Amino acid sequence: MSSDPYLSVKALTKYIKKKFDADPHLRDVYVKGELSNVKIHTSGHIYFTLKDNSSRLPAVMFAANARTVKFKPESGMTVLIRGDVTVYEASGQYQLYAQSMQADGIGDYYLAFEQLKEKLAKEGLFNAVHKKPFPRFPERIAVVTAPTGAAVRDICITLNRRYPLAKIVIYPTLVQGAQAIQSIVQSIQAANKADYDVMIVGRGGGSIEDLWAFNDEAVARAIFQSRIPIISAVGHETDTTIADFVADLRAATPTAAAELAVPSKAELLERLLSYRTGMYRMASNTIAKEKTALNRLTSSMPFAYPDRLYRPFIERVERATDSLQREVIQTYRRSREQHAYLDRQLAGRSPENLIKQSASELDHLQRRLDSLMGQSLQNRTQQLSSAMRTLDALSPLKIMDRGYSISYKGGQVIKSVSQVEEGESLTISMKDGKLAATVTERILTSKGENKDG
Amino acid sequence: MAEKEIMFNQAMEQLEEIVRQLEQGDVPLEEALTLYQKGMELSKVCHDKLQSAEKQLVTMMKDGKEVSVDIETEGTTK
Repeated sequence: MSSDPYLSVKALTKYIKKKFDADPHLRDVYVKGELSNVKIHTSGHIYFTLKDNSSRLPAVMFAANARTVKFKPESGMTVLIRGDVTVYEASGQYQLYAQSMQADGIGDYYLAFEQLKEKLAKEGLFNAVHKKPFPRFPERIAVVTAPTGAAVRDICITLNRRYPLAKIVIYPTLVQGAQAIQSIVQSIQAANKADYDVMIVGRGGGSIEDLWAFNDEAVARAIFQSRIPIISAVGHETDTTIADFVADLRAATPTAAAELAVPSKAELLERLLSYRTGMYRMASNTIAKEKTALNRLTSSMPFAYPDRLYRPFIERVERATDSLQREVIQTYRRSREQHAYLDRQLAGRSPENLIKQSASELDHLQRRLDSLMGQSLQNRTQQLSSAMRTLDALSPLKIMDRGYSISYKGGQVIKSVSQVEEGESLTISMKDGKLAATVTERILTSKGENKDG
Repeated sequence: MAEKEIMFNQAMEQLEEIVRQLEQGDVPLEEALTLYQKGMELSKVCHDKLQSAEKQLVTMMKDGKEVSVDIETEGTTK
Protein backbone atom coordinates (compact mmCIF):
# COMPACT_ATOMS: atom_id res chain seq x y z
CA MET A 1 0.00 0.00 0.00
CA SER A 2 2.72 2.40 0.92
CA SER A 3 4.72 1.63 -2.23
CA ASP A 4 1.88 2.92 -4.40
CA PRO A 5 -0.02 5.85 -2.96
CA TYR A 6 -2.71 5.71 -5.71
CA LEU A 7 -5.93 3.94 -5.18
CA SER A 8 -7.93 2.28 -7.83
CA VAL A 9 -11.41 3.80 -8.52
CA LYS A 10 -12.90 0.54 -7.50
CA ALA A 11 -11.01 0.53 -4.20
CA LEU A 12 -12.03 4.06 -3.37
CA THR A 13 -15.61 3.42 -4.30
CA LYS A 14 -15.63 0.27 -2.19
CA TYR A 15 -14.18 2.27 0.67
CA ILE A 16 -16.84 4.89 0.34
CA LYS A 17 -19.50 2.20 0.10
CA LYS A 18 -18.18 0.63 3.28
CA LYS A 19 -18.44 3.97 5.01
CA PHE A 20 -22.03 4.33 3.88
CA ASP A 21 -22.95 0.83 4.90
CA ALA A 22 -21.30 1.21 8.26
CA ASP A 23 -23.35 4.27 9.09
CA PRO A 24 -26.40 3.13 11.06
CA HIS A 25 -28.30 6.29 10.01
CA LEU A 26 -27.98 5.33 6.40
CA ARG A 27 -28.88 1.71 6.95
CA ASP A 28 -32.44 2.50 7.81
CA VAL A 29 -33.63 5.95 6.67
CA TYR A 30 -37.04 7.49 6.59
CA VAL A 31 -37.19 10.12 3.94
CA LYS A 32 -39.95 12.25 2.58
CA GLY A 33 -39.87 13.79 -0.86
CA GLU A 34 -41.57 14.32 -4.15
CA LEU A 35 -41.38 11.68 -6.83
CA SER A 36 -40.03 12.62 -10.20
CA ASN A 37 -38.76 10.78 -13.29
CA VAL A 38 -40.71 7.69 -12.24
CA LYS A 39 -39.89 4.76 -14.50
CA ILE A 40 -41.54 1.43 -13.89
CA HIS A 41 -39.48 -1.22 -15.55
CA THR A 42 -41.10 -4.27 -17.10
CA SER A 43 -39.35 -6.34 -14.48
CA GLY A 44 -41.32 -4.44 -11.86
CA HIS A 45 -38.44 -2.40 -10.52
CA ILE A 46 -39.21 1.24 -10.09
CA TYR A 47 -36.61 3.91 -10.75
CA PHE A 48 -37.25 7.43 -9.69
CA THR A 49 -35.78 10.60 -8.26
CA LEU A 50 -36.81 11.82 -4.87
CA LYS A 51 -36.52 15.57 -4.61
CA ASP A 52 -37.46 18.58 -2.66
CA ASN A 53 -36.93 22.27 -3.27
CA SER A 54 -33.20 22.13 -2.98
CA SER A 55 -31.96 18.60 -3.48
CA ARG A 56 -32.39 15.53 -5.59
CA LEU A 57 -31.75 11.95 -4.68
CA PRO A 58 -31.77 9.05 -7.14
CA ALA A 59 -33.74 6.09 -5.88
CA VAL A 60 -34.78 2.61 -6.83
CA MET A 61 -37.41 0.20 -5.56
CA PHE A 62 -37.01 -3.39 -6.55
CA ALA A 63 -39.95 -5.41 -7.79
CA ALA A 64 -40.23 -7.54 -4.65
CA ASN A 65 -40.82 -4.39 -2.61
CA ALA A 66 -42.73 -2.57 -5.34
CA ARG A 67 -45.43 -5.24 -5.23
CA THR A 68 -46.35 -4.24 -1.72
CA VAL A 69 -47.09 -0.69 -2.84
CA LYS A 70 -50.85 -0.39 -3.02
CA PHE A 71 -50.86 2.56 -5.37
CA LYS A 72 -49.19 3.43 -8.61
CA PRO A 73 -46.29 5.81 -8.01
CA GLU A 74 -46.50 8.85 -10.19
CA SER A 75 -44.36 11.94 -10.62
CA GLY A 76 -45.43 14.78 -8.40
CA MET A 77 -46.61 12.61 -5.55
CA THR A 78 -45.18 13.30 -2.14
CA VAL A 79 -44.20 10.01 -0.61
CA LEU A 80 -42.79 8.65 2.59
CA ILE A 81 -40.07 6.16 1.92
CA ARG A 82 -38.28 3.80 4.20
CA GLY A 83 -35.09 2.34 2.90
CA ASP A 84 -31.35 2.58 2.99
CA VAL A 85 -28.78 4.68 1.25
CA THR A 86 -25.76 3.09 -0.34
CA VAL A 87 -23.46 3.48 -3.20
CA TYR A 88 -23.98 1.88 -6.55
CA GLU A 89 -20.44 0.98 -7.38
CA ALA A 90 -20.90 0.77 -11.14
CA SER A 91 -21.81 4.45 -11.39
CA GLY A 92 -20.25 5.70 -8.20
CA GLN A 93 -23.52 7.21 -7.25
CA TYR A 94 -25.19 6.87 -3.96
CA GLN A 95 -28.81 5.94 -4.16
CA LEU A 96 -31.82 5.46 -1.97
CA TYR A 97 -33.00 1.89 -2.00
CA ALA A 98 -36.68 2.05 -1.09
CA GLN A 99 -38.18 -0.87 0.81
CA SER A 100 -41.64 0.62 1.29
CA MET A 101 -43.36 3.59 -0.06
CA GLN A 102 -46.42 5.34 1.32
CA ALA A 103 -48.27 8.24 -0.07
CA ASP A 104 -47.86 11.20 2.19
CA GLY A 105 -50.81 12.45 4.13
CA ILE A 106 -53.49 10.13 2.78
CA GLY A 107 -51.92 6.76 2.98
CA ASP A 108 -51.14 4.42 0.18
CA TYR A 109 -54.21 2.26 0.59
CA TYR A 110 -56.30 5.30 0.30
CA LEU A 111 -54.45 6.46 -2.76
CA ALA A 112 -54.69 3.08 -4.42
CA PHE A 113 -58.34 3.05 -3.56
CA GLU A 114 -58.85 6.50 -5.02
CA GLN A 115 -56.99 5.60 -8.16
CA LEU A 116 -58.93 2.44 -8.79
CA LYS A 117 -62.13 4.16 -7.91
CA GLU A 118 -61.42 6.91 -10.41
CA LYS A 119 -60.48 4.43 -13.09
CA LEU A 120 -63.56 2.28 -12.64
CA ALA A 121 -65.78 5.32 -12.35
CA LYS A 122 -64.45 6.51 -15.70
CA GLU A 123 -65.32 3.13 -17.16
CA GLY A 124 -68.80 3.53 -15.77
CA LEU A 125 -68.79 0.58 -13.42
CA PHE A 126 -70.51 2.61 -10.72
CA ASN A 127 -73.15 4.08 -13.01
CA ALA A 128 -76.66 3.86 -11.71
CA VAL A 129 -77.81 2.55 -15.09
CA HIS A 130 -75.91 -0.65 -14.44
CA LYS A 131 -77.51 -1.23 -11.06
CA LYS A 132 -79.72 -4.27 -11.35
CA PRO A 133 -83.10 -4.25 -9.74
CA PHE A 134 -83.80 -6.53 -6.82
CA PRO A 135 -86.79 -8.84 -6.74
CA ARG A 136 -89.23 -7.91 -4.04
CA PHE A 137 -89.64 -11.46 -2.89
CA PRO A 138 -86.41 -13.39 -3.50
CA GLU A 139 -86.64 -17.14 -3.28
CA ARG A 140 -82.99 -18.12 -3.54
CA ILE A 141 -80.17 -16.16 -1.99
CA ALA A 142 -76.46 -16.79 -2.47
CA VAL A 143 -74.17 -15.66 0.33
CA VAL A 144 -70.53 -15.21 -0.63
CA THR A 145 -68.58 -14.95 2.59
CA ALA A 146 -66.42 -16.88 5.03
CA PRO A 147 -68.37 -19.93 6.25
CA THR A 148 -67.43 -19.19 9.83
CA GLY A 149 -67.60 -15.99 11.77
CA ALA A 150 -70.07 -13.37 12.76
CA ALA A 151 -70.93 -12.18 9.25
CA VAL A 152 -72.39 -15.41 7.94
CA ARG A 153 -74.18 -16.01 11.23
CA ASP A 154 -75.69 -12.53 11.23
CA ILE A 155 -76.80 -12.91 7.64
CA CYS A 156 -78.40 -16.32 8.13
CA ILE A 157 -80.16 -15.37 11.36
CA THR A 158 -81.52 -12.18 9.89
CA LEU A 159 -82.70 -13.85 6.68
CA ASN A 160 -84.42 -16.63 8.62
CA ARG A 161 -86.02 -14.25 11.02
CA ARG A 162 -87.25 -11.80 8.44
CA TYR A 163 -88.17 -14.02 5.56
CA PRO A 164 -88.00 -17.76 6.14
CA LEU A 165 -89.43 -18.38 2.67
CA ALA A 166 -86.06 -17.69 1.03
CA LYS A 167 -83.56 -20.49 0.53
CA ILE A 168 -80.02 -19.55 1.53
CA VAL A 169 -76.95 -21.08 -0.09
CA ILE A 170 -73.54 -20.19 1.31
CA TYR A 171 -70.51 -20.06 -0.92
CA PRO A 172 -67.56 -20.54 1.46
CA THR A 173 -65.07 -17.89 0.52
CA LEU A 174 -61.74 -16.63 1.77
CA VAL A 175 -62.24 -12.96 2.44
CA GLN A 176 -58.77 -11.98 3.56
CA GLY A 177 -55.26 -12.96 2.87
CA ALA A 178 -53.38 -13.70 -0.28
CA GLN A 179 -56.02 -16.04 -1.74
CA ALA A 180 -58.97 -13.80 -0.93
CA ILE A 181 -59.22 -12.02 -4.28
CA GLN A 182 -59.28 -15.21 -6.28
CA SER A 183 -61.62 -16.89 -3.85
CA ILE A 184 -64.13 -14.02 -3.93
CA VAL A 185 -64.05 -13.87 -7.73
CA GLN A 186 -64.55 -17.64 -7.99
CA SER A 187 -67.45 -17.66 -5.57
CA ILE A 188 -69.20 -14.84 -7.41
CA GLN A 189 -68.75 -16.60 -10.73
CA ALA A 190 -69.87 -19.95 -9.32
CA ALA A 191 -73.01 -18.42 -7.88
CA ASN A 192 -73.75 -16.91 -11.26
CA LYS A 193 -73.89 -20.36 -12.79
CA ALA A 194 -76.81 -21.24 -10.56
CA ASP A 195 -80.20 -19.63 -10.32
CA TYR A 196 -80.30 -17.05 -7.55
CA ASP A 197 -82.45 -13.99 -7.09
CA VAL A 198 -80.01 -12.11 -4.88
CA MET A 199 -76.36 -12.43 -3.89
CA ILE A 200 -74.84 -11.06 -0.72
CA VAL A 201 -71.09 -10.56 -0.85
CA GLY A 202 -69.70 -9.71 2.51
CA ARG A 203 -67.56 -10.09 5.53
CA GLY A 204 -67.39 -8.67 8.99
CA GLY A 205 -65.48 -5.55 9.79
CA GLY A 206 -61.74 -5.33 10.05
CA SER A 207 -58.86 -3.08 9.42
CA ILE A 208 -58.46 -1.53 6.02
CA GLU A 209 -55.82 -4.09 5.20
CA ASP A 210 -58.25 -6.89 6.08
CA LEU A 211 -60.79 -5.46 3.66
CA TRP A 212 -58.30 -4.96 0.93
CA ALA A 213 -59.43 -7.78 -1.31
CA PHE A 214 -62.70 -5.91 -1.74
CA ASN A 215 -60.80 -2.97 -3.17
CA ASP A 216 -59.31 -5.16 -5.85
CA GLU A 217 -60.05 -4.58 -9.48
CA ALA A 218 -60.70 -8.25 -10.24
CA VAL A 219 -63.30 -8.42 -7.47
CA ALA A 220 -64.86 -5.19 -8.70
CA ARG A 221 -65.16 -6.59 -12.22
CA ALA A 222 -66.55 -9.89 -11.01
CA ILE A 223 -69.25 -8.00 -9.14
CA PHE A 224 -69.91 -5.83 -12.16
CA GLN A 225 -70.27 -8.82 -14.44
CA SER A 226 -72.56 -10.67 -12.10
CA ARG A 227 -75.93 -11.41 -13.64
CA ILE A 228 -77.40 -11.70 -10.17
CA PRO A 229 -77.96 -8.45 -8.32
CA ILE A 230 -75.41 -8.11 -5.54
CA ILE A 231 -75.63 -6.52 -2.15
CA SER A 232 -72.22 -5.76 -0.74
CA ALA A 233 -71.76 -5.92 3.00
CA VAL A 234 -68.11 -5.28 3.56
CA GLY A 235 -66.76 -3.81 6.70
CA HIS A 236 -68.59 -1.12 8.51
CA GLU A 237 -70.19 2.16 7.88
CA THR A 238 -66.97 4.16 7.57
CA ASP A 239 -65.02 1.84 5.31
CA THR A 240 -66.42 1.95 1.84
CA THR A 241 -64.77 -0.42 -0.59
CA ILE A 242 -64.67 -0.50 -4.35
CA ALA A 243 -66.90 -3.57 -4.11
CA ASP A 244 -69.47 -1.38 -2.37
CA PHE A 245 -69.42 1.07 -5.26
CA VAL A 246 -69.80 -1.57 -7.93
CA ALA A 247 -72.43 -3.58 -6.09
CA ASP A 248 -76.04 -2.95 -6.96
CA LEU A 249 -76.78 -2.14 -3.35
CA ARG A 250 -74.51 -1.39 -0.40
CA ALA A 251 -75.22 -2.42 3.14
CA ALA A 252 -73.42 -1.02 6.15
CA THR A 253 -73.28 -4.39 7.90
CA PRO A 254 -73.99 -8.03 7.06
CA THR A 255 -77.20 -7.79 9.10
CA ALA A 256 -78.21 -4.76 7.08
CA ALA A 257 -77.47 -6.67 3.87
CA ALA A 258 -79.81 -9.44 4.92
CA GLU A 259 -82.42 -6.84 5.77
CA LEU A 260 -82.05 -5.23 2.36
CA ALA A 261 -82.18 -8.58 0.57
CA VAL A 262 -85.55 -9.70 1.84
CA PRO A 263 -88.72 -8.05 2.93
CA SER A 264 -89.70 -8.32 6.56
CA LYS A 265 -92.35 -10.93 7.17
CA ALA A 266 -93.86 -8.84 9.92
CA GLU A 267 -93.91 -5.79 7.71
CA LEU A 268 -95.41 -7.82 4.90
CA LEU A 269 -98.11 -9.08 7.18
CA GLU A 270 -98.74 -5.60 8.40
CA ARG A 271 -98.88 -4.37 4.85
CA LEU A 272 -101.17 -7.22 3.90
CA LEU A 273 -103.41 -6.30 6.76
CA SER A 274 -103.44 -2.68 5.76
CA TYR A 275 -104.08 -3.68 2.15
CA ARG A 276 -106.92 -5.81 3.34
CA THR A 277 -108.48 -3.06 5.40
CA GLY A 278 -107.77 -0.64 2.61
CA MET A 279 -109.46 -2.90 0.10
CA TYR A 280 -112.35 -3.42 2.40
CA ARG A 281 -112.68 0.30 2.90
CA MET A 282 -112.45 0.92 -0.83
CA ALA A 283 -114.91 -1.82 -1.64
CA SER A 284 -117.40 -0.68 0.96
CA ASN A 285 -116.89 2.91 -0.15
CA THR A 286 -117.60 1.84 -3.70
CA ILE A 287 -120.68 -0.03 -2.62
CA ALA A 288 -121.83 2.95 -0.57
CA LYS A 289 -121.17 5.28 -3.45
CA GLU A 290 -123.04 3.06 -5.89
CA LYS A 291 -125.85 2.73 -3.40
CA THR A 292 -126.13 6.48 -3.22
CA ALA A 293 -126.07 6.67 -6.98
CA LEU A 294 -128.73 3.98 -7.23
CA ASN A 295 -130.84 5.70 -4.59
CA ARG A 296 -130.49 8.96 -6.42
CA LEU A 297 -131.65 7.27 -9.60
CA THR A 298 -134.53 5.39 -8.03
CA SER A 299 -135.66 8.43 -6.09
CA SER A 300 -135.39 10.58 -9.18
CA MET A 301 -138.57 12.09 -10.44
CA PRO A 302 -139.78 9.42 -12.85
CA PHE A 303 -139.38 6.60 -10.33
CA ALA A 304 -140.40 8.48 -7.20
CA TYR A 305 -143.55 9.79 -8.86
CA PRO A 306 -144.39 7.35 -11.57
CA ASP A 307 -147.81 9.01 -11.92
CA ARG A 308 -145.98 11.94 -13.41
CA LEU A 309 -145.15 9.70 -16.29
CA TYR A 310 -148.73 9.73 -17.50
CA ARG A 311 -149.77 12.97 -15.90
CA PRO A 312 -148.81 15.01 -18.94
CA PHE A 313 -150.77 12.62 -21.06
CA ILE A 314 -153.86 13.11 -18.90
CA GLU A 315 -153.45 16.82 -19.21
CA ARG A 316 -152.98 16.53 -22.88
CA VAL A 317 -156.03 14.34 -23.23
CA GLU A 318 -158.09 16.74 -21.14
CA ARG A 319 -156.89 19.72 -23.00
CA ALA A 320 -157.59 17.93 -26.23
CA THR A 321 -161.04 16.94 -25.02
CA ASP A 322 -161.75 20.49 -23.97
CA SER A 323 -160.72 21.90 -27.23
CA LEU A 324 -162.63 19.19 -29.01
CA GLN A 325 -165.79 20.18 -27.18
CA ARG A 326 -165.13 23.81 -27.77
CA GLU A 327 -164.56 23.10 -31.39
CA VAL A 328 -167.77 21.08 -31.66
CA ILE A 329 -169.84 23.76 -30.01
CA GLN A 330 -168.31 26.44 -32.12
CA THR A 331 -168.80 24.46 -35.22
CA TYR A 332 -172.41 23.84 -34.26
CA ARG A 333 -172.92 27.51 -33.56
CA ARG A 334 -171.31 28.55 -36.70
CA SER A 335 -173.40 26.11 -38.68
CA ARG A 336 -176.53 27.23 -36.97
CA GLU A 337 -175.79 30.83 -37.70
CA GLN A 338 -175.03 30.04 -41.23
CA HIS A 339 -178.15 28.06 -41.52
CA ALA A 340 -180.19 30.90 -40.10
CA TYR A 341 -178.54 33.28 -42.45
CA LEU A 342 -179.21 31.03 -45.39
CA ASP A 343 -182.70 30.49 -44.16
CA ARG A 344 -183.20 34.19 -44.06
CA GLN A 345 -181.65 34.50 -47.42
CA LEU A 346 -183.91 31.80 -48.76
CA ALA A 347 -186.93 33.24 -47.13
CA GLY A 348 -186.04 36.55 -48.63
CA ARG A 349 -185.91 34.99 -52.01
CA SER A 350 -189.25 33.12 -51.64
CA PRO A 351 -191.55 33.21 -54.80
CA GLU A 352 -194.51 33.77 -52.53
CA ASN A 353 -193.41 37.32 -52.13
CA LEU A 354 -192.92 37.55 -55.78
CA ILE A 355 -196.39 36.19 -56.25
CA LYS A 356 -197.77 38.58 -53.72
CA GLN A 357 -195.91 41.41 -55.25
CA SER A 358 -196.89 40.37 -58.68
CA ALA A 359 -200.45 40.02 -57.50
CA SER A 360 -200.39 43.44 -55.98
CA GLU A 361 -198.71 44.76 -59.05
CA LEU A 362 -201.28 43.09 -61.13
CA ASP A 363 -203.96 44.46 -58.94
CA HIS A 364 -202.45 47.86 -59.18
CA LEU A 365 -202.13 47.57 -62.89
CA GLN A 366 -205.67 46.34 -63.09
CA ARG A 367 -206.87 49.27 -61.17
CA ARG A 368 -204.86 51.62 -63.22
CA LEU A 369 -206.15 49.98 -66.31
CA ASP A 370 -209.67 50.26 -65.04
CA SER A 371 -209.28 53.86 -64.11
CA LEU A 372 -207.52 54.66 -67.32
CA MET A 373 -210.17 52.85 -69.27
CA GLY A 374 -212.91 54.73 -67.47
CA GLN A 375 -211.16 58.02 -67.98
CA SER A 376 -210.48 57.24 -71.54
CA LEU A 377 -214.08 56.25 -72.09
CA GLN A 378 -215.24 59.35 -70.45
CA ASN A 379 -212.86 61.44 -72.48
CA ARG A 380 -214.06 59.82 -75.65
CA THR A 381 -217.61 60.27 -74.73
CA GLN A 382 -216.94 63.92 -74.09
CA GLN A 383 -214.92 64.16 -77.24
CA LEU A 384 -217.66 62.46 -79.11
CA SER A 385 -220.33 64.71 -77.84
CA SER A 386 -218.12 67.72 -78.45
CA ALA A 387 -217.35 66.45 -81.89
CA MET A 388 -220.93 65.78 -82.52
CA ARG A 389 -221.70 69.25 -81.48
CA THR A 390 -218.96 70.64 -83.64
CA LEU A 391 -220.01 68.35 -86.42
CA ASP A 392 -223.44 69.42 -86.10
CA ALA A 393 -222.33 73.01 -86.12
CA LEU A 394 -220.14 72.42 -89.09
CA SER A 395 -222.52 70.30 -91.06
CA PRO A 396 -222.61 71.53 -94.71
CA LEU A 397 -226.25 70.79 -94.81
CA LYS A 398 -226.82 73.47 -92.31
CA ILE A 399 -224.67 75.81 -94.34
CA MET A 400 -226.57 74.92 -97.43
CA ASP A 401 -229.69 75.65 -95.49
CA ARG A 402 -228.40 79.03 -95.28
CA GLY A 403 -227.93 79.18 -99.06
CA TYR A 404 -224.47 77.95 -99.68
CA SER A 405 -223.59 75.26 -102.33
CA ILE A 406 -220.63 73.14 -103.14
CA SER A 407 -219.05 72.71 -106.53
CA TYR A 408 -217.35 69.54 -107.62
CA LYS A 409 -215.32 68.73 -110.60
CA GLY A 410 -214.87 65.04 -111.10
CA GLY A 411 -215.90 64.38 -107.49
CA GLN A 412 -213.43 66.95 -106.19
CA VAL A 413 -214.50 69.99 -104.26
CA ILE A 414 -213.45 73.12 -106.02
CA LYS A 415 -212.11 75.75 -103.76
CA SER A 416 -210.47 78.11 -106.24
CA VAL A 417 -211.52 79.48 -109.71
CA SER A 418 -208.08 78.50 -110.88
CA GLN A 419 -209.10 74.87 -110.60
CA VAL A 420 -211.47 75.14 -113.51
CA GLU A 421 -211.27 76.22 -117.02
CA GLU A 422 -213.94 77.79 -119.06
CA GLY A 423 -216.15 75.26 -120.75
CA GLU A 424 -215.69 72.59 -118.14
CA SER A 425 -218.60 70.83 -116.56
CA LEU A 426 -219.32 71.09 -112.90
CA THR A 427 -221.69 69.56 -110.45
CA ILE A 428 -223.18 71.90 -107.93
CA SER A 429 -224.63 70.47 -104.78
CA MET A 430 -227.38 72.31 -102.96
CA LYS A 431 -229.72 71.74 -100.08
CA ASP A 432 -232.25 70.06 -101.99
CA GLY A 433 -230.33 68.63 -104.92
CA LYS A 434 -227.75 69.04 -107.65
CA LEU A 435 -227.21 71.12 -110.63
CA ALA A 436 -225.10 70.16 -113.68
CA ALA A 437 -223.53 73.39 -114.93
CA THR A 438 -221.06 74.60 -117.53
CA VAL A 439 -218.57 77.36 -116.82
CA THR A 440 -218.96 80.24 -119.13
CA GLU A 441 -216.73 82.69 -117.55
CA ARG A 442 -214.17 83.04 -114.78
CA ILE A 443 -214.21 86.17 -112.84
CA LEU A 444 -211.41 86.74 -110.48
CA THR A 445 -212.07 88.75 -107.40
CA SER A 446 -209.84 89.83 -104.56
CA LYS A 447 -209.26 87.06 -102.24
CA GLY A 448 -210.53 88.80 -99.20
CA GLU A 449 -213.91 89.65 -100.40
CA ASN A 450 -214.53 86.80 -102.55
CA LYS A 451 -215.66 83.40 -101.57
CA ASP A 452 -216.70 80.51 -103.63
CA GLY A 453 -220.20 80.47 -104.33
CA MET B 1 -136.29 -9.33 -18.74
CA ALA B 2 -132.79 -8.24 -17.66
CA GLU B 3 -130.04 -10.09 -19.49
CA LYS B 4 -128.55 -13.10 -17.82
CA GLU B 5 -125.40 -11.44 -16.58
CA ILE B 6 -125.50 -7.72 -16.92
CA MET B 7 -122.65 -5.88 -15.26
CA PHE B 8 -123.50 -3.50 -12.48
CA ASN B 9 -121.99 -0.60 -14.32
CA GLN B 10 -123.95 -1.33 -17.46
CA ALA B 11 -127.14 -1.61 -15.45
CA MET B 12 -126.43 1.71 -13.75
CA GLU B 13 -125.66 3.37 -17.05
CA GLN B 14 -128.85 2.05 -18.59
CA LEU B 15 -130.81 3.16 -15.57
CA GLU B 16 -129.29 6.62 -15.77
CA GLU B 17 -130.19 6.81 -19.41
CA ILE B 18 -133.76 5.77 -18.71
CA VAL B 19 -134.13 8.33 -15.93
CA ARG B 20 -132.69 10.96 -18.21
CA GLN B 21 -135.14 10.09 -20.96
CA LEU B 22 -138.09 9.99 -18.61
CA GLU B 23 -137.12 13.27 -17.01
CA GLN B 24 -137.12 14.94 -20.38
CA GLY B 25 -140.78 14.00 -20.53
CA ASP B 26 -141.22 13.80 -24.26
CA VAL B 27 -141.36 10.05 -24.47
CA PRO B 28 -144.57 8.57 -25.91
CA LEU B 29 -146.74 6.99 -23.22
CA GLU B 30 -146.28 3.33 -24.20
CA GLU B 31 -142.55 3.82 -24.49
CA ALA B 32 -142.47 5.65 -21.17
CA LEU B 33 -144.17 2.71 -19.51
CA THR B 34 -141.76 0.26 -21.13
CA LEU B 35 -138.85 2.40 -20.01
CA TYR B 36 -140.28 2.66 -16.53
CA GLN B 37 -140.65 -1.09 -16.27
CA LYS B 38 -137.14 -1.64 -17.60
CA GLY B 39 -135.88 0.98 -15.16
CA MET B 40 -137.52 -0.75 -12.22
CA GLU B 41 -135.96 -4.05 -13.28
CA LEU B 42 -132.54 -2.46 -13.63
CA SER B 43 -132.95 -0.79 -10.28
CA LYS B 44 -133.67 -4.16 -8.70
CA VAL B 45 -130.72 -5.75 -10.45
CA CYS B 46 -128.43 -3.00 -9.18
CA HIS B 47 -129.86 -3.17 -5.72
CA ASP B 48 -129.45 -6.96 -5.56
CA LYS B 49 -125.93 -6.78 -6.87
CA LEU B 50 -124.97 -4.16 -4.30
CA GLN B 51 -126.48 -6.17 -1.51
CA SER B 52 -124.76 -9.37 -2.55
CA ALA B 53 -121.47 -7.49 -2.95
CA GLU B 54 -121.84 -6.11 0.55
CA LYS B 55 -122.61 -9.52 1.95
CA GLN B 56 -119.70 -11.04 0.09
CA LEU B 57 -117.38 -8.32 1.34
CA VAL B 58 -118.40 -8.84 4.94
CA THR B 59 -117.94 -12.61 4.60
CA MET B 60 -114.54 -12.19 3.02
CA MET B 61 -113.51 -9.77 5.74
CA LYS B 62 -114.50 -12.31 8.40
CA ASP B 63 -112.56 -15.07 6.67
CA GLY B 64 -109.61 -12.77 6.17
CA LYS B 65 -109.47 -11.83 9.83
CA GLU B 66 -109.29 -15.44 10.88
CA VAL B 67 -106.39 -16.05 8.55
CA SER B 68 -104.54 -12.93 9.65
CA VAL B 69 -104.88 -13.94 13.31
CA ASP B 70 -103.27 -17.28 12.47
CA ILE B 71 -100.30 -15.61 10.83
CA GLU B 72 -99.89 -13.14 13.61
CA THR B 73 -99.67 -15.82 16.30
CA GLU B 74 -97.21 -17.70 14.14
CA GLY B 75 -95.19 -14.53 13.80
CA THR B 76 -95.09 -13.87 17.52
CA THR B 77 -94.01 -17.39 18.44
CA LYS B 78 -91.02 -17.11 16.15
